Amino acid sequence: MPQLIKNGAVADNTWERVTMETAADSVLGADTGAQVIVPLAMWMAEKDSLTASDKSIGVWLDSEDDPYELGDEAANLPLIALDFPVFRDGRPFSTAAILRERLDFKGELRAVGDVHRDQLFYMQRCGFDSFELAEGEDVATALSAFTDFTTNYQSTVTEPTPLFRRRQA
Amino acid sequence: MYIYDKYDHQMLQDRIRQFRDQTQRFLNGKLTPEQFLPLRLQNGLYIQRLAPMLRVAIPYGMLSSRQLRKLASIARDYDKGYAHFSTRQNIQYNWPQLEQVPDLLAELAEVEMHAIQTSGNCIRNTTTDQFAGVAPDEIEDSRPWCEIIRQWSTFHPEFAYLPRKFKIAVCGTANDQAATQVHDIGLYIKKNDQGEIGFQVLVGGGLGRTPVIGSVINEFLPWQHLLSYLDAIMRVYNRFGRRDNKYKARIKILVKEIGADAFREKVETEYRHDKDGPATLTQEEVDRCKAYFKDPAYEDLPDTDNAVAEAANTDLLFHHWLERNVAQHIKSGYRIVTLCLKETGVAPGDVTDGQMEFIADLADRYSFGEIRVTHEQNVVLADVRVSDLYELYRACKQEALATPYLGMLNDIICCPGGDFCSLANAKSIPIAEAIQRRFDDYDTLKNIGDITLNISGCMNACGHHHVGNIGILGVDKKGEEFYQVTLGGAADRETAIGKVLGPSFAQEDMPEVIAKIIDVYLENREDGETFLATYNRLGIDPYKERVYATAD
Repeated sequence: MPQLIKNGAVADNTWERVTMETAADSVLGADTGAQVIVPLAMWMAEKDSLTASDKSIGVWLDSEDDPYELGDEAANLPLIALDFPVFRDGRPFSTAAILRERLDFKGELRAVGDVHRDQLFYMQRCGFDSFELAEGEDVATALSAFTDFTTNYQSTVTEPTPLFRRRQA
Repeated sequence: MYIYDKYDHQMLQDRIRQFRDQTQRFLNGKLTPEQFLPLRLQNGLYIQRLAPMLRVAIPYGMLSSRQLRKLASIARDYDKGYAHFSTRQNIQYNWPQLEQVPDLLAELAEVEMHAIQTSGNCIRNTTTDQFAGVAPDEIEDSRPWCEIIRQWSTFHPEFAYLPRKFKIAVCGTANDQAATQVHDIGLYIKKNDQGEIGFQVLVGGGLGRTPVIGSVINEFLPWQHLLSYLDAIMRVYNRFGRRDNKYKARIKILVKEIGADAFREKVETEYRHDKDGPATLTQEEVDRCKAYFKDPAYEDLPDTDNAVAEAANTDLLFHHWLERNVAQHIKSGYRIVTLCLKETGVAPGDVTDGQMEFIADLADRYSFGEIRVTHEQNVVLADVRVSDLYELYRACKQEALATPYLGMLNDIICCPGGDFCSLANAKSIPIAEAIQRRFDDYDTLKNIGDITLNISGCMNACGHHHVGNIGILGVDKKGEEFYQVTLGGAADRETAIGKVLGPSFAQEDMPEVIAKIIDVYLENREDGETFLATYNRLGIDPYKERVYATAD
């Protein structure tokens, strides 16, 4: 089974991610496993049948997608994946923060796509807690990325209290 | 000056360790050049025409003498014995070796300096007016606010991969020497009727290919909400700024495309969520930062000195220097002295290791050990006793640092251009030198008076050509270097973008073209008019007629 990083440790990737090229019907059929991540557009169009199935359904967003489209239902999803089409595209950092801070999403927030070791620390600070690394990256050695920095100045998703308030304490 | 505490030191050490590891992985072939690119850029490292170029941040232009000595020793040990002050209050080394950069960064850290976010698509060094804290026309010292912004912007996890670079300027003086209105975010410190401090917020200013003056989106942002509001602006830009075209990716294009009102709406929507949240600044934090910028131990001194006045009567060059390079100070008996780094034959902004050490010594002796660098690529000693001025002047003269040209035609802002920069279309330094040689007589320069002449070697506009009273832009025409001239730009409170005069000129024609433009001014000016005032009254046509009439 392919591996990823979840909550700071190496774990099996038990979810299967499908694209819009896959028909919504077949997502619910026997071709896919029990945990499926569907694209936002499919979720918006087929929400009812997807939630009615006995499979676990997660949703993935392209870097252009608007997380607010998920609305209050974001809070009920078990997993949301955000795709980095290329690692320089920084939009998912903001999308992650919006999901955590504004839409009260508490489930697994996964970085997928062009995800590399040197972006992991910032991703984690923005609320990602699982990471499917790009090809060629070694999952075990990438774990060291989470200790690149000991602290940070700003108010972040993982540490909302900025340093200036902690300094005073 | 701000002094690092254990947290600041820790994060800087973390960064060096991280970059050492990244450099090693790149050299071992484990990081591709493409992957390494944004990592090295966010540590100020470019791969340039001749060698790597390392840009070191000088936060809001402030340096201690100890820091400047370190910069000098780095120039000696890692470079060819000199460095270059940029137009953004940074300093650049043009010859370091990639393998040595982590060691160089470790040396910088010893004096609380770094190259963090001096390049790349992230929030860059925050800049301000070099007279902050000592200008008589100041509302409030901008430096504590700059330091607060420096910390907020450093390693901000959400905004390290923006559509494009992002520059913030803060200004608390009436005059504005920070070119605040041509920054991605410009912040003017204001005081309301109740005496409370806040910020007028401008967004979407910038130079480059599309010069734009920033739009005001908030007339008075109470200081407590500064960081929440900046977060909101950054989030809107990060999400909606264009990423399909590098030349349309700056925030100015987004603000233009959707309009300042729509942009403000988006920011306000974000801001409403965060307002009064944990990012809200506290009085304690502001007081903590302000404590680092308290007045030095000024003495109570008379505002005049007989010996200095006498020297000014007998030493004409000193008299000129006093007139041009010495400004009023908020405190009686003190003056702000600008050392003009525009000696003819030396690239504007270049300093040798020896000059840096010399300036550090001057700062210790005459200005409480502090130095400021300016976006005009000069160096300021901000707290000089009036009675020391002549002694200081004579010392500067020995090191060719007493050029009395400040704010004159020879005080040219100039990017490194085609001699060093791989982006440049044309050389800029030789143009500056040719103009300086054409106008080398003090009386002529004095007669011309206040004027700004800015040169950029390409559209990226590092030399701020759009906002020079006279702007010169290097362009490439079928492989040959030509120069386009703009007139009427300004970078102060009345910021203006210059207008293109007409077709571009060959390099050798440039001094005469400038001479003709100056002639039109001198022949037409009315009582006390500056170059800019005459231009604004006459319009561009008389200049055009003169320059192109004989060029045919």
